[in-house]
Amino acid sequence: MGAMTLLFNLTMLVYLLATVLYLVAMVGRRPQPGRIGRWVLVAGVLLHAGSFAVRHASVGGAPVTSLHESLSFFAWCLVLLFLLLDLRFRLSVMGAFASPLALLLMIGSALSPDVVVPLDPMLRTWLFPVHITFAFLGNAAFALSFGAGVMYLIQDRMLKSKRFTGIYRMLPSLDTLDKVNYTCLSFGFPLMTLGIISGAVWANTVWGTYWSWDPKETWALITWFLYAGLLHGRMTIGWRGRKAAIFAIIGFLLLLFSFLGVNLLVNGQHTFEVFTEL
Amino acid sequence: MNIIIVGLSHKTAPVEIREKVAFAPTAMAEPLQQMLELPAISEAVIVSTCNRVELYAVSRNVDAAVVELKQFLADFHQLQLSELDEHLYRYEGQEAIRHVMRVSASLDSMIIGEPQILGQIKTAYGYASEHKSSGLILNRFLHKAFSVAKRVRTETEIASSAVSVSFAAVELARKIFDTLEDKTVMLVGAGEMCELAARHFVNNGISKVLVTNRTFSRAEKLAEEFAGTAVSFENFREQLHRVDIVLSSTGAPDYVLSAKKMKEVIKDRRHKPMFLIDIAVPRDIDPLVNKIDGVYLYDVDDLQGVVQANMKGREKEAAKAEKIIEEEIIQFQRWLSTLEVKPTIVALRRQMDGIRQAELQKTFANLNGLNDKERKAIESMASAIVNKILHQPTTILKKSQNGSDGDLYIDAVRTLFDLPENSDTKAAAESDDK
Repeated sequence: MGAMTLLFNLTMLVYLLATVLYLVAMVGRRPQPGRIGRWVLVAGVLLHAGSFAVRHASVGGAPVTSLHESLSFFAWCLVLLFLLLDLRFRLSVMGAFASPLALLLMIGSALSPDVVVPLDPMLRTWLFPVHITFAFLGNAAFALSFGAGVMYLIQDRMLKSKRFTGIYRMLPSLDTLDKVNYTCLSFGFPLMTLGIISGAVWANTVWGTYWSWDPKETWALITWFLYAGLLHGRMTIGWRGRKAAIFAIIGFLLLLFSFLGVNLLVNGQHTFEVFTEL
Repeated sequence: MNIIIVGLSHKTAPVEIREKVAFAPTAMAEPLQQMLELPAISEAVIVSTCNRVELYAVSRNVDAAVVELKQFLADFHQLQLSELDEHLYRYEGQEAIRHVMRVSASLDSMIIGEPQILGQIKTAYGYASEHKSSGLILNRFLHKAFSVAKRVRTETEIASSAVSVSFAAVELARKIFDTLEDKTVMLVGAGEMCELAARHFVNNGISKVLVTNRTFSRAEKLAEEFAGTAVSFENFREQLHRVDIVLSSTGAPDYVLSAKKMKEVIKDRRHKPMFLIDIAVPRDIDPLVNKIDGVYLYDVDDLQGVVQANMKGREKEAAKAEKIIEEEIIQFQRWLSTLEVKPTIVALRRQMDGIRQAELQKTFANLNGLNDKERKAIESMASAIVNKILHQPTTILKKSQNGSDGDLYIDAVRTLFDLPENSDTKAAAESDDK
């Protein structure tokens, strides 16, 4: 337990440092702290992976069952995907979105009770971690496309109104932001799809039914249709820019709702308490 | 030792005066030589650009030096000093240091932050060191000024925004498109501003240029200049969907591009963004076009607004730069003040006395049972050695004060004996008054 908590807290601290660096870079309009922030995040993502490895060993399975674990896993996916995206597009400003979000998720994780859920061996098939991993990687991709969407709308607003504020200099071009949006969508959508399918198959092995219309499943499906619509629009009728940005923003808000809102508001088999009841 | 500047710039003299006192870059040997021969002056650098002519010198006698420099400037260009005098400024000491640092950092330029001036001063310094007219002080000083200019450039955003309409257009395009390399520009009409802007775009990577004009032959001629393609004015709208950036400056009294047409165009290009620049007055493109999703329309006033905002931004950055310069002035003056004879001798003496006392203590600790007389004898021997060693260097330093290479001796002594730089500033300031 000691090493686990230590690694977790250390990761949180590193994300905090990255957040500070990225915010300083954005507010001070200097590239240097952002460049340092990138390497700090790399360190963070490795530490974080270490903490999962330790947890995996001590729990004896994928550590993604409690709210504590899954928020933390979501943060890890987010940082990992951001770093990959940064590698391709040099999106230092987006660090000012991704790292505070990761930090918030970690804080949320730290605040939720750190219980090791003794999962029924029945539930512990290999499909379960696959389902969770796909779902969270997809969510992380959509979170980043949300960030890119917000940046797109800000920049578009400034270019249209011809009034530029401080952040203008830091923002990448509209084209780049749109490409980020597309990249996130074209990775996020298949991941989400695989997440849903693997979840359904898993549900069938556990409960004997592929789909049970629990609120989380329903909302996920609605979100899936929205992203499917956006992907279709992009590929066939040339949707892009503002419209795509707005879609990405709505999509992620829906996701947030189905991930958090549903947990808080309604009860279903995806709520985290359910595993303790089983 | 004082740094002295005499000169004039765009702020104090009209171009008719500036051109009369400019120095030809091909013949710098003679003026530099003549400047060095002035009795009150020991080092010389001449900066001559189209916006300023300045003489940098080092002297112990500021007032005499200023008179000589002014006279030299007039005489060299066969002018009466009375014609020039009202345009000339003079700076000495700290003021001079500040002035040169500000000029190098482009804070004194017509367009704040423009990058050429630093190169021009470097060239001027190049001539001076080639003809050996600069010495210890100006060498060190100008290198300092160059490094300050570099610091200003990297630590402030003084030069990071466009301050001309055509650069502003290129900068905006970079905010819309991720690269300009594969983009197409269309020139509608052939105004001069349009051409200039198009040239900036081509210099920044645009590869394809289309040109249209009511007079087709003019379109062809201009297209040839840009290695582009001429398009007939009747059909140019049908080509627009292939175009990413439009530069428009026809003399047409009405709009040549309507919002309705642009809506079709943007659909035809599958909503890929377009950047329209309307430089014409009266305007060529219906302002409503800016409301279309993915189309960004800028007219002359919009671009000028961007330029003005950038200028203001530069002024803000200039304030940061001034702070950097104030820091650097203090540092440089600290070094300069060490080049005074009196504090150098005092510091040298102090150093030697320190050694003498330390060694005496060591010796006495080892020699037990000395009587007072023996101790006194040893002490006075140590003092005598120090005095004898210091006698000759001190005399030479004092004498060198009046020669032209005095600073060299001082600097050498400071380096050889590793004398501290800052402990004597006060003493230096006192001796400055004498």
